[in-house]
Amino acid sequence: MAGKRESNFVNMVSTLLLVSGVAALALGMVYNLTKGPIEIAKQKKQEEAIRNVLPDFDRIENKKFKSARGADSLAFFVAYKGDEMVGVAVNTYTKNGFSGLIRLMVGFKPDGSINNTSVLEHKETPGLGDKMQKNKSTWSDSYNGLHPGKNNLKMTKDGGQIDAITAATITSRAFTDAVEHAYETFNQNMEGK
Amino acid sequence: MEYIIIIISAIFVNNIVLAQFLGICPFVGVSNKISTSIGMGGAVLFVMTLATIVTWLIQNYLLQALGIQFLQTIAFILVIASLVQMVEIILKKVSPALYAALGVFLPLITTNCAVLGVAILTIQKEFNLMEGVVFAIANAGGFSLAMVVFAGIREHLDLMEVPAGMKGVPISLVVAGILALAFMGFTGIV
Amino acid sequence: MNQLQNFTKGLIKENPVLILLLGLCPALGVTTSAINGLGMGLATTFVLTMSNIVVSSIKSFIPDKVRIPAFIVIIASFVTIVELVMQGFAPALFDQLGLFIPLIVVNCIVLGRAEAFASKNNLLTSTIDGLGMGLGFSFALTVLGAIRELLGSGALFSIKIIPGDLMLVFVLAPGAFIALGYMIAITRKLNK
Repeated sequence: MAGKRESNFVNMVSTLLLVSGVAALALGMVYNLTKGPIEIAKQKKQEEAIRNVLPDFDRIENKKFKSARGADSLAFFVAYKGDEMVGVAVNTYTKNGFSGLIRLMVGFKPDGSINNTSVLEHKETPGLGDKMQKNKSTWSDSYNGLHPGKNNLKMTKDGGQIDAITAATITSRAFTDAVEHAYETFNQNMEGK
Repeated sequence: MEYIIIIISAIFVNNIVLAQFLGICPFVGVSNKISTSIGMGGAVLFVMTLATIVTWLIQNYLLQALGIQFLQTIAFILVIASLVQMVEIILKKVSPALYAALGVFLPLITTNCAVLGVAILTIQKEFNLMEGVVFAIANAGGFSLAMVVFAGIREHLDLMEVPAGMKGVPISLVVAGILALAFMGFTGIV
Repeated sequence: MNQLQNFTKGLIKENPVLILLLGLCPALGVTTSAINGLGMGLATTFVLTMSNIVVSSIKSFIPDKVRIPAFIVIIASFVTIVELVMQGFAPALFDQLGLFIPLIVVNCIVLGRAEAFASKNNLLTSTIDGLGMGLGFSFALTVLGAIRELLGSGALFSIKIIPGDLMLVFVLAPGAFIALGYMIAITRKLNK
């Protein structure tokens, strides 16, 4: 292997610095190029989620309210058709999923009842917990029309009225937890408006 | 209480090898003897814990402060590679016997996806530093547990009659699958 | 060996996953469906080929003692590029592959080929080696993903072929181990 540079201190340090420098530059460039599309992809996903869970609307007002559970704030998307508020989409989450964080978009009608839900992010088990996704099963439709303040959204085996996903009790309970989280914050800030 | 949940979850419910598929290469490569498995487990414990601490600090005080989170992968792997080098040098001086026993597996910890995986997961789960340390130690424990149990099984398998085509890695993987099935029984706990 | 042999060795004879037993973590972790296996395979092929190209190009410039850290920086850069590009242009696949994308950097295949091959061979040979190994890897992952998807959920590339629920275990952890174990055994038989 003729031609390799000698492994003395100066050569080693300068090589590493050069390689790292070029790498950092290249990455910086790619980062700038992809920043836009990444932002757009995120926005699209959010918009789609809002459209999925709310009735027809023509404009959205973004709000942020402190979570009823004290930790941080939840993003609210208040939807209007003309001058009338037709619903509120809440970006909520729970950390009690089988594999941790589950993010949901819950669409509330002005009276606080659930219009529809959509899963934004999760790491639940494929084939089991992922049945909470609409493209895998209609399970999450069982929440539609219910009112978290008037109906018990816990699982039937816990005394409530939702049938848990077979063999995915933890995921199902977490789903309810996220929905209730959204409702508690909704209730605190929007009831009566 | 939170810590107990983290520990049980990391060791049993979400075992790093049997449920998350991280650390398979050393798992399949080193676990044919119980003694080497224990040694590897110890080395991983040390590197994983240190790496999680350092990467946590770098993520929260450097990458986030400068808004360069996209450099996370590079920064983390460089930290791990350097740590492994350090461990090699220290081990050579402090315990040449253990150094010789681990042989080529020590530098291989750098490419052990479990170490990088746990570092990234700690950030993803938004743990604070203390929780991260507990998480790392628990995961190293889970890794060691899986390896030692597996090594015990493999030592027995060597004495059995295995069909020629399945000898070695294939039968090990099938057994690992059954072990994973057993660990799935822990799911309801947390 | 000629370049054709160089290219095709990665497919069966020296398939990185099934014969060399490298890159098992992603092989087990992302193959819950054929498309995931394929996506991961292609992303890894990109990183593998590009890093082989760069390493082979600058191999005489890098002092021996720092070659591993240098290789790591090069590989990690390409992995980050894949991460960013996927996030921006294929966000659904990015969400599916999750943690395993940054883990490409510790995929033993990539560092292994850089160290064992690209640092010792010329540019053309290294490039073809990268492509061949990468495609062999993709092949193994796609087939494994297809088997698990078919047996586990009756679908192939998200098109449901067999109605009803099947052997769910194949989409879960145990099934991954078992399916891979049999695939390795079968490939060895074919190789003889």
